[in-house]
Amino acid sequence: MTSVRFSVYRYNPERDESPYMQDYILENVPADMMILDALKKLKAEDESLSFRHSCGEGVCGSDGVNINGRNGLSCITPLAGLKQPIEIRPLPGMPVIRDLIIDMEPFYKQYRAVKPYLIVNDPEPEIEYKQSPAQRDKLDGLYECVLCACCSTACPSFWWNPDKFLGPAALLQSFRFLADSRDQATDDRLDQMEDAYKLYRCHTIMNCAQVCPKGLNPTEAIGKTRQMMLKQFL
Amino acid sequence: MGFGYFTCGDEMNQIKLAVERRRFDTLVIGAGGGGLRAALQLAQADAHVAVVSKVFPTRSHTVAAQGGINAALANVVPDNWHWHMYDTVKGSDYLGDQDAIEYMCRAASRLVVELEHYGVPFSRLDNGSIYQRPFGGQSQNFGGDQAARTCAAADRTGHAILHSLYQQNIRAKTHFFDEYFAIDLLKDESGYILGALMICIETGEPLIIEAKTTLLATGGVGQLFRTNTNAHINTGDGIAMALRAGIPVQDMEFFQFHPTGIAGKGMLITEGARGEGGYLVNKDGERFMERYAPHAKDLASRDVVSRAIATEVREGRGCGPDGDYALLKLDHLPAEVIRKRLPGICSMVQTFLHIDPVEQPIPVAPTAHYTMGGIPTNRHGQVVVPVQQGAEEPIPGLYAVGECACVSVHGANRLGGNSLLDIVVFGRAAGNHIIEFLQESRTHRPLDSDSVDNALAHLSRWDRKGGGESVDQLRNEVQMTMEKYASVFRTDDVMQEGIDKMLEIEQRLNDVCLKDHSKVFNTARIEALELENLVDLGIATVVSAQARKESRGAHSRIDFPDRDDEHWLKHSLFHKEGRQLDYKPVRMKPLSVDTFPPKPRVY
Repeated sequence: MTSVRFSVYRYNPERDESPYMQDYILENVPADMMILDALKKLKAEDESLSFRHSCGEGVCGSDGVNINGRNGLSCITPLAGLKQPIEIRPLPGMPVIRDLIIDMEPFYKQYRAVKPYLIVNDPEPEIEYKQSPAQRDKLDGLYECVLCACCSTACPSFWWNPDKFLGPAALLQSFRFLADSRDQATDDRLDQMEDAYKLYRCHTIMNCAQVCPKGLNPTEAIGKTRQMMLKQFL
Repeated sequence: MGFGYFTCGDEMNQIKLAVERRRFDTLVIGAGGGGLRAALQLAQADAHVAVVSKVFPTRSHTVAAQGGINAALANVVPDNWHWHMYDTVKGSDYLGDQDAIEYMCRAASRLVVELEHYGVPFSRLDNGSIYQRPFGGQSQNFGGDQAARTCAAADRTGHAILHSLYQQNIRAKTHFFDEYFAIDLLKDESGYILGALMICIETGEPLIIEAKTTLLATGGVGQLFRTNTNAHINTGDGIAMALRAGIPVQDMEFFQFHPTGIAGKGMLITEGARGEGGYLVNKDGERFMERYAPHAKDLASRDVVSRAIATEVREGRGCGPDGDYALLKLDHLPAEVIRKRLPGICSMVQTFLHIDPVEQPIPVAPTAHYTMGGIPTNRHGQVVVPVQQGAEEPIPGLYAVGECACVSVHGANRLGGNSLLDIVVFGRAAGNHIIEFLQESRTHRPLDSDSVDNALAHLSRWDRKGGGESVDQLRNEVQMTMEKYASVFRTDDVMQEGIDKMLEIEQRLNDVCLKDHSKVFNTARIEALELENLVDLGIATVVSAQARKESRGAHSRIDFPDRDDEHWLKHSLFHKEGRQLDYKPVRMKPLSVDTFPPKPRVY
């Protein structure tokens, strides 16, 4: 690959009445370049271009963006194979602060709402809580979430009801504690989701699982939560 | 909440700025593991604590720690804290302070269990206890057989710990200021630290947070080097803030190069890969670590393994078309071990190299990784400085923990698995000491308006308009310079060139102007402020390095190849003012056990 064309969403609230797409061309692009590398190169030319990033290797979850219509982390999305011009937009359905930076607070609020921490009511022993390898295996595919919001902002149910529907990321984290053999708040956790929106707005569209950059499957976690609720009801 | 009026601008053109003020008992700057562990201790004690972080807490670099956290739980093989202490002292090349090291190793088991109780999803052994793996520099019985001391959540231990600590802080209702960047510490004439000036990144507005105690937990400065394993945010902000506040920084010449960063790219491949049985080979397929460390082989200390790779490369036995890396072999291990214990490595290597470590070896090279030096503290996290050649005294109201601090438990070389331990042990210790301090200090001291004016002037320097070089150009140059002149092997003339180059960059930095002067989420302004911090710390590093005429731990000099305990068993202290260097003794006396006296360091 030598030259690559980009079309990047731009919006500076101090200057722009409305957002627009800006075209850029990068020359001498190496074959293994990631979207984040490209954004940094573009920023070196135009320092006003704003985006979040931190670890650069897909573990911190800062740099979720929409690339050619698909949500992903810019640092682990290669340019190779993407249709040009590569369109880079902020994650959809959330308020934009500037350029590719969205207001994540509605997303974090839903995360906090599921009490994302281990709750144990028994007195604490002086050693670790025991957990068999099989019990621990149940947390794989759940605890690795990086809170990038790629899933929730790809979910139509979350777009329509971001205040009432918890969204795939928060529900995945909720299930991470439901699935933890050490946690003792199962009934409370399930009771809390007992309304028409929080959990039941999931229509198994499965966008979440398709876009998750860590290969996690929130839809499956939501399904298992539903089974637990049914079991509790019976 | 209130507003204060402060002066800003040059003498001809002064304006009064209304700056929002908030008051807390404690201000924690940085929301990685150290800051969050301290904040938790404080919030649980009902202190009014504000955590300020330039990124949302779970983006902090603790999240990227892979292999694990050391504690002598003895879940796999016999172990005890005293052996852990011996290994840490030896690993530090005897530059670590033995009182702090004893404190850390004694506390380790209890604090790892506490993390488990916080919800950290540690991997498990068949009996249900925490999984532990062998790591570099670990031994049983003071230099005997390999120990297995590193508690792991697969190869995502930092992620697991950081998320759990953040979750516990949500539970404790800690007050977070996410995406605020700290500019400068505020202090009064008697030297008390009164809080700090921030900028809200989203609005671009300044904010003063007044606090009876301020804790710096801002991490290391890996971005000094072009190829590094660190997050882009690791620009040493807190260390540079301390330096600007007149506090010397300690042992900055000791920068760890991790033996196994992905060659040319820098992403970290955990030492756990070798702990699980991986080993290094040169272009002849030779397992060369057997020559450098006959006993520990690939699990020698990081400085030893990094030097070995660099030597193989220099002597023409490196791999690849340019002969500039070694290969890390895992392909002899059972696929299920690799996939189960190193899933993150598998996916990272797949993403960045398009290879599967189950089938192909990974190209690796020594890569800038960890800042052993930093803000001098005692084992309570209090920032301490010698007073006029006399004993050390705490700076009232100021604490530091984690990678930005220099306790010093890592001395000249940190052992793998000791950094996650450092942050929880000293995060908690600082929290406890602050709680005591707060009981005696019931009121805030009055804000010093000169100090605020200076901090605001520092911030408004970036409002200047003009042409000239860009922040990006200069940062690249800093990183190239440090990589070239302050790398694994060092010599006097090369470092002198490095100093000259860094001082020239410092001059040129004066003329750098931003083109983007907007307020809302101006990341260019943040990067400019970060660049200032990098330049200050780059200079501190090369100046301290050139002065130390010996080889110890990560600081290897070709012109002074031996350790020189007679002249150099001491910590260096670099002052920004006049680039002066001072030295202070290593605390050789542990708390309760006998001193481990310096010995030749053989693995």
